[in-house]
Amino acid sequence: MIDKRVAHVDAALEGLEDGMTVLFGGFGLCGIPENTIAAVRSRGTKNLTCICNNAGVDGFGLGLLLETRQIKKMISSYVGENEEFERQMLSGELDVELIPQGTLAERCRAAGSGIPAFYTPAGYGTEVAEGKEIRVFHGKPHILEHAFDASFAFVKAWKGDASGNLVFKGTARNFNPLMAMAGKITVAEVEELVPVGALDPNNIHVPGIFVHRIFQGDRYEKRIENRTVRKRN
Amino acid sequence: MALDKNGIAQRIAQELRDGWYVNLGIGIPTLVANYIPEGIAIEFQSENGILGMGPFPWEGEEDPDLINAGKQTITALPGAAYFDSAMSFGMIRAKKVQLTVLGAMEVSEYGDIANWKIPGKMVKGMGGAMDLVASAENIIVAMQHTNPRGESKLLSACTLPITGVRCVKKIVTDLAVLAIDQERGFVLLERAPGVSVEEIIAKTAGKIVMDGPVPEMFLPYSAS
Repeated sequence: MIDKRVAHVDAALEGLEDGMTVLFGGFGLCGIPENTIAAVRSRGTKNLTCICNNAGVDGFGLGLLLETRQIKKMISSYVGENEEFERQMLSGELDVELIPQGTLAERCRAAGSGIPAFYTPAGYGTEVAEGKEIRVFHGKPHILEHAFDASFAFVKAWKGDASGNLVFKGTARNFNPLMAMAGKITVAEVEELVPVGALDPNNIHVPGIFVHRIFQGDRYEKRIENRTVRKRN
Repeated sequence: MALDKNGIAQRIAQELRDGWYVNLGIGIPTLVANYIPEGIAIEFQSENGILGMGPFPWEGEEDPDLINAGKQTITALPGAAYFDSAMSFGMIRAKKVQLTVLGAMEVSEYGDIANWKIPGKMVKGMGGAMDLVASAENIIVAMQHTNPRGESKLLSACTLPITGVRCVKKIVTDLAVLAIDQERGFVLLERAPGVSVEEIIAKTAGKIVMDGPVPEMFLPYSAS
């Protein structure tokens, strides 16, 4: 067993430097690496290019790193609901690249699968396709998209073990497994670090080979962005 | 009388067929789930990674680890499955999802759709819409026939940056049901109860044709 455990989140961030490109798992506020985001903030690392489906909300998620102006550029598919983000984007302080969600996911998967580039129909005929190579397959135009190249991936899982094996819960899985595959150094924080052997090998979502550092996070807030319920009578 | 949002959703629900996997966008499309015809089996896909999405949870039973692509708390029905975002868009691009319903700001008579960006305004992003419209074989747009300024949203060509080209198959608005014919433009199929063909033509800026008399929509629950 190769032990991936680090004692503390700060040890997990060793080597993270100003100007790096980093991946953050999560969809909205669901499945985001809360402890890692807080630690990046305390560490004060600047000029980061962050690849994440969304940009958090004011005061939570990646909104915490926007507040401290640690993010130079965001690569996302959807960035609503964040006033500080909007202010920085409109003032030109923050560079933003918007890409289709499926392309975002596949660029992660490709990076973790040894595929340098791929063709997708998403965005053909739109401004997303500008400047990109077009090729027709089965009579339909596709655009060439490239795998991401990121120094770190920060992901959050439900359970994990010292080997780095990960299991996710519900829709908190989302981009996390793909980003875990894509990072040159992948840091996984888990709600529960279980003993090696406790996870069923049949039900591992990310095998430990993709994970370089793992630690158990604490005080998960798991904020809900859009609470919708049925009223009881 | 023009349909309200529930009326539009109810009419779209009549397009559902037994055994279909369906992706519903944010807004009016979400309401379609309330009107599934009796006796057919449908599974809802949400692109953040669930098949078998159920209704909103009872108050107090919300799970932060269980949301839809609109970031709303949801439930999972028996037989549901969770998966990652690459697999989710894999099933979308590979046309495993039979129907996509989404909103739009503009639709052209060739079926181009614009629904993600207004130049000069804050751009929030396309989310999964570009992937969905680029691959889905059956795309229905749910929208108002005109914008708040009273201008037609059914045009000869989109004026806003487009989300996808020649992809929309059908449009259900507060006034009408229209199909897209690549040769002929908008084909008026049905009109909302009490809405005249003349009114629909007057409020459609793109080419519009019809094949014979245009029947009224059948809405079993009447105006809700």
